[in-house]
Amino acid sequence: MDYVSAALFGFAGGAIGGLLGVGGGVLFVPALTIFLGEPQIEAEATSLAVIVPVALVGAWRQRGFGNLNVGDAIWIGVLSPLGAVAGVVIANAVSQRTLELSFAALVLVIAVQLTHRALARSDAEGT
Amino acid sequence: MARDRMLKLAAIGSAAGVFSGVFGVGGGSVVVPLLILWFGYSERAATGTSLAAIGIIAVFAAAAQAVYGNVDLLQGLVVGTPAVAGVVVGTGLQQRVPERTISLLFAALLVVIAIQLVIP
Repeated sequence: MDYVSAALFGFAGGAIGGLLGVGGGVLFVPALTIFLGEPQIEAEATSLAVIVPVALVGAWRQRGFGNLNVGDAIWIGVLSPLGAVAGVVIANAVSQRTLELSFAALVLVIAVQLTHRALARSDAEGT
Repeated sequence: MARDRMLKLAAIGSAAGVFSGVFGVGGGSVVVPLLILWFGYSERAATGTSLAAIGIIAVFAAAAQAVYGNVDLLQGLVVGTPAVAGVVVGTGLQQRVPERTISLLFAALLVVIAIQLVIP
């Protein structure tokens, strides 16, 4: 057990979450498995529980800064179980490897589009 | 709400659900870029709205996992307490970062996720 490292990873995960609008699970799961010795499944479950207060506190802060569209957020959140169900169906129809590779390709395409869009803006707009 | 907008929000929610369901990757990695690319959200508004959506998604998912007894609350507190402090710092810091820097950092995060998916 290495509580200090786990806490540092937790802080870093939260900071990345706030900066980029993600949950931070990308760092919470390794913190729980590597430093606190949790098995993978339990670590992913605990990470989800950690994401709840992190995301809600982050959203509350962003609301204060005027960066929150509550209506859109609720629709996305409420409709996400549809995708979870679809995901299970897809996961049973296609091999895990095919899924991993196709999603990797998908996020790379999104990364290219984001980069292109960001670089196309002038410096004045970008600030 | 316009039907077209509704369908796109449903698609974003579903994509987030697929991502978290199949890969255990947070839905935020798809919510943020799709809000920017499809709805023309500014980076800051996309990340703020994404956090709220993730909060809702994680409540459902964590509750389902808790039923199976997979959530370790004590260890969750060890990681989660500093994480909440981290998100306050992160959102504050973000207000001083140019928006296109946020997009570029996000693209870098997506590349990391893609690498994690490709490496078995």
